[in-house]
Amino acid sequence: MTRSGLLCAAAFAAAVGFPLLAPNYLINVAMLALFTAFIGQSWNIAGGFAGQTSFGHVVFFGTGAYTSTILQVTYGWNAWLTWPVAMAAGGAVGWMIAVLSFRAGLRGSYFALITLAFAEVFRILANSVPFTRGGLGMLIKADQRPENFQFKDPIWIYYIALMLCVVSLVIAWQLTRNRFGARLVAIRENEDAARALGIDVFAEKVKVLTLSGAMCAAGGTFYAQKYLYIDPNIAFGVDKSVEMLLVSMVGGAGTIFGPLVGAFALTGINEVTRWLASVVPALKNVQPLSLIVYGIMLVLIVARLPNGLMGLYRRPLVRANPRHV
Amino acid sequence: MLEVQDISKSFGGLRAVDCASLTVRQGEIVGLIGPNGAGKTTLFATIAGFHRPDSGAVTFEGKDITAFAPHRICAAGMVRTFQITQPFAKISVRENIMIGAYFRTADRRVAARQAEAVAGQVGMAGQLDQMGADLTVASRKRLELARALATGPRLLLLDEVMAGLNPTEVGEIIEVIKDIRGTGVTILLIEHVMQAVTSLAERVYVLNQGRMIAEGSPAQIAENPRVVEAYLGHGAAKVLGA
Repeated sequence: MTRSGLLCAAAFAAAVGFPLLAPNYLINVAMLALFTAFIGQSWNIAGGFAGQTSFGHVVFFGTGAYTSTILQVTYGWNAWLTWPVAMAAGGAVGWMIAVLSFRAGLRGSYFALITLAFAEVFRILANSVPFTRGGLGMLIKADQRPENFQFKDPIWIYYIALMLCVVSLVIAWQLTRNRFGARLVAIRENEDAARALGIDVFAEKVKVLTLSGAMCAAGGTFYAQKYLYIDPNIAFGVDKSVEMLLVSMVGGAGTIFGPLVGAFALTGINEVTRWLASVVPALKNVQPLSLIVYGIMLVLIVARLPNGLMGLYRRPLVRANPRHV
Repeated sequence: MLEVQDISKSFGGLRAVDCASLTVRQGEIVGLIGPNGAGKTTLFATIAGFHRPDSGAVTFEGKDITAFAPHRICAAGMVRTFQITQPFAKISVRENIMIGAYFRTADRRVAARQAEAVAGQVGMAGQLDQMGADLTVASRKRLELARALATGPRLLLLDEVMAGLNPTEVGEIIEVIKDIRGTGVTILLIEHVMQAVTSLAERVYVLNQGRMIAEGSPAQIAENPRVVEAYLGHGAAKVLGA
């Protein structure tokens, strides 16, 4: 096994053992970070690997959350069974947005803006159509049994988040070593050259957005099951889109571990600043402090570390590795 | 092998290519020359599916490929390079060439092996781990060639692979192109460097203001008064002849 393989195995073992020792508060924080890493990875696959930057990824998240919740609440489905349907719905929305925008030849910032517009349209629709119960939101009846995808002990929801995160890492890892992933990188780096080399750019972009949409929708269902309540602003609010983009950029867009590193960094900052605000009287009225720190961090990263925090890790490694000298 | 019939392409009011025709036969190296702005690259891009022609037809190995998407033209066995080199900057030379090789195989190891073989063919075997962004102009030109070659074409469209190179580098890449032809690949090249055209091409087409004005061997072309005038201006042929 290689060094990085051992490192991953050790990290995984630590992640499995962690909730057995940690207090509930820390389990919850870690669960949130893993979940954020997962939806961040769904963004990263389209935005980081394929370079299709989206400002409205929450549209998939919300589609997943609403699909599973409506099926449960309105039609009485079992929560677990709604999960694959929610993913299919997210994939379908990804496919639709991709076909519409890439047929029209939208690239770069135009594509980013159109995704933002789609997310807003979905939010407004969710606010006004009857089957989502509009702005009231939807409440999932609490019935904490594993067969309902609801757990009394936070350890289980933590393990599900961990599983999602690991699956997303495996997908990203595969993309660094298969043809589909290579084509996505080619499209990101230079679309015209990719076309000349026989890549059906349109088809590949549609594929990646469908995959990304399905993944993100799985995160939406997870979120709905954890909090048992969604409304249009939670499910389609722009802040979740920003969060997905931010964790990828901070960690390192287009890298396997970028979203994971970014998610833990941002979740950590969030918790520390909350704690600081509660103990330092001068900071009490600075609400929320975390946003200020996020802002400073984003400026620093864009200016100093365009490859994100992963850039810090990679550079010394290249130098230390004798094969590259 | 390649038949281009009466292709026209306009951008707004500008007729970039005007009823241009050319033929490339199996195994040939054919040159396409012309002064700046003659429409050479536009004609190339139209042949390769990057522009849809206003009129005319492109036939490749007996099959009508007019206005096919580039990836379908690539599948038919024809691939182009770019005058302004377009390396995938953030990945290595090996990975750059693998993108081309992936066109014929989904297996990573096969693609990597092919990339190495093609790199050897164009003289980049020692640069496989360099990043696309770190290459010199000469290496970028070779990389363009290598990537295109890795897709396994029967006809290569080379757009000024020698522009910007010094005489030594031009000499080297001429040898590479001759070797490629030796492996059975037919070549159509746009070129500004006359040395390249005369030492490589068996036949040359001359494009001026979107129109084909001459066709023949390099020697014939060099003596054609219309060609001389196109390059040096009206009346030049008379002055030179006197």
